[in-house]
Amino acid sequence: MKALQIPVVELPRETENLRREIRLFIQQKIDSGLIEPKCDSWLSGYSAEFSKDMGRRGWIGMTWPKKYGGGERPSIERYVVTEEMLAAGAPVAGHWIADRQTGPLLLKYGTEKQKHFFLPRIAKGECFFAIGLSEPNAGSDLANIQTRAMKVDKGWILNGSKTWTSGAHFSHYSIVLCRTSPQDPDNRHSGMSQLILDLKAPGVTIRPIHLMTGEHHFNEIFFDDVFVPDDLAVGEIGNGWAQGMAELAYERSGPERILSTYPLLNELTNILIEQGNTESLNKVSRLISRLWTLRNMSLGIAQLLEEGVPSNMIASLVKDMGTKFEQEIPEITRLLVSVTPSVNSESLIEKYLAQSILQSPGFTLRGGTSEILRGIIAKGVIQQ
Amino acid sequence: MSEMSELIIESTSKVFAAYSTKEVVNEAEKGIWANELWNKLAQYGIVTVAVPEELGGSGGDYEDALSIVRLASRFSAPVPLAETFIANWLLAEHGVAVTNEVLTIATETDGQPFKFYQEGNGWIVTGRAKNVPWGRFAKKLVVLGEASEGGALSVLNLEKAEIIQGNNIAGEARDQVVFNQVFIPECTIIPVDKIKYEERILYSCALTKSVMMAGALDNILEIAINYSKERSQFGRPIHRFQAIQHHLALLAGEAAAAGIAASYAIHSFQKNPVSKEIALAKLRINEAAGKAAPIAHQVLAAIGFTYEHILHHNTRRLWAWRDEFGKESDWEKVITKQLQKLEKNELWPLITGVKNNQKKVETR
Repeated sequence: MKALQIPVVELPRETENLRREIRLFIQQKIDSGLIEPKCDSWLSGYSAEFSKDMGRRGWIGMTWPKKYGGGERPSIERYVVTEEMLAAGAPVAGHWIADRQTGPLLLKYGTEKQKHFFLPRIAKGECFFAIGLSEPNAGSDLANIQTRAMKVDKGWILNGSKTWTSGAHFSHYSIVLCRTSPQDPDNRHSGMSQLILDLKAPGVTIRPIHLMTGEHHFNEIFFDDVFVPDDLAVGEIGNGWAQGMAELAYERSGPERILSTYPLLNELTNILIEQGNTESLNKVSRLISRLWTLRNMSLGIAQLLEEGVPSNMIASLVKDMGTKFEQEIPEITRLLVSVTPSVNSESLIEKYLAQSILQSPGFTLRGGTSEILRGIIAKGVIQQ
Repeated sequence: MSEMSELIIESTSKVFAAYSTKEVVNEAEKGIWANELWNKLAQYGIVTVAVPEELGGSGGDYEDALSIVRLASRFSAPVPLAETFIANWLLAEHGVAVTNEVLTIATETDGQPFKFYQEGNGWIVTGRAKNVPWGRFAKKLVVLGEASEGGALSVLNLEKAEIIQGNNIAGEARDQVVFNQVFIPECTIIPVDKIKYEERILYSCALTKSVMMAGALDNILEIAINYSKERSQFGRPIHRFQAIQHHLALLAGEAAAAGIAASYAIHSFQKNPVSKEIALAKLRINEAAGKAAPIAHQVLAAIGFTYEHILHHNTRRLWAWRDEFGKESDWEKVITKQLQKLEKNELWPLITGVKNNQKKVETR
């Protein structure tokens, strides 16, 4: 089927040196005790210092124009940076959202003023963004959002709330999807707009929602008559839904949908090789064939996106399969080695195993639940 | 793919649609050779793609040929096209001119290698090959064996061989071919490194089978989608039900995964005919076959379980092919051998194809 065809990508030779440079950089950080690798590091590995260091190296906003602080590098290099970081379990949560989606959004829809103000700060690893989509009554049914902005002189007055907002407590801004016109039952996606919200603005309250482990990544944000100036509206008023959805393909097929538990797989492989445990390594080999396939799909879609080919359906497919794969790694690991998962363990595998198990419910929820994705995929193939 | 590929695919598609029909596939299962289909393929020069013209081939590259193989499997074409391709490529590599003859290839020789003794202008051949694809219909068999000088690749006329008929679970001919001191005049025997060629032939067969499975998976996805649009229950087409949508999404995922795995394996073949990509692809695509076939049957329900419907042409082949030229457990072992060579933290370099930094010796 045409819609499922994904191109073969040959990574340019130049990316090999980049990989070695990144690996050396991370290894030095680990050796000097500055970072501690972990599973699911793009959500739970936050280090402002590490983000700044990456910014100094030119590894944030790599593809953006130089006049906005970017590096004008090919997108395949950004791909290499992200997958190397995730494979190593490096703490990239700080700048992740800003680099992945806020930057591209502003480049496409932002005003010159917005681009000149925000993009260089993001690229330096000094300005972090949080996603402002989900609400208490708008989860999978995102079009049901109730947060609204009322037009006033020189700006908007925002009221409502957002929830499940990862990293709002360390982020500087959020792109908030809100209603700027009343709900239209005949066109559910109309009347929404995107506003850049300063999370320190008066009237903004951020409260933690602790994960089941007690960790603090999620937040709820309340807006109580928050003033947002006109020049912080993104793109066209009323076009917020379309603007937001266009970025989802980037969000869904990236390496973060495959590699969240990779540090565990690496550690498992290390141990089994050392034990000479051929039987168990065979199970790892099976996982590697899946990982190899998923990575090739992800790379191919990255190329399609670069070429401007709409890929929302296959990107959803990669996310559905990739996140399931991420969840499988701890399930298979626990049966191959006799270890006890514990987040406080001295042993890497016990720690990674615990992190993987405890973070795993989130993999198939964030960025569109598997159920929603499968609906998108099925409708996509039916239309062919 | 070369420039000619688009044209080839288009015209080949028409040949398969016209001559690899449901009736032809069903009849082949009863032992009737798809003569018209083969003749048409031969007439269009399809069976000698990726062999240079000066050796009697039609030109083009491996990617062209493998695209045709993928197409053939969508139609469950009951002819040894993949086997003939592999045989022709091996022969062309040794400067042997190829023809449009039906060839097949043996990989299982019952523990005993084929033996060749030169006598006069011919050779005396002894050996037993099992599960030879389409053996009863092939003119010649390509098989590795031992001559007095060492390993040899042979092309054996099958006229005087004993054929014991057998079938795989898709009803495809998988025959035993027995040579008991058979004298074959003017027989091609090429000295080769037997171990190396065993590996090459296995990988080539695994590659073509992977590509065929990817084609079959594409087709069962299409069948399932079309059925879900046509079939109504509870007053609406069944694709409107979430339970069915989930089946279709999972099926599409397996088909897409198989497709990309096959593409990478094909891509690697040109540079390295025994690449790890071929091993990874066969492993992943075998898995896809096992996951996807039951989903397609679940979507089609009772009708898909009948001989009348064509779904089984593809699903039975998937179940048969996943066991041919290496099951998951066989290819896992191949990958494991590579893992065992790794130093600590070298899995990621294996996956990315980029080695870690050399550890620098500190000079103080």
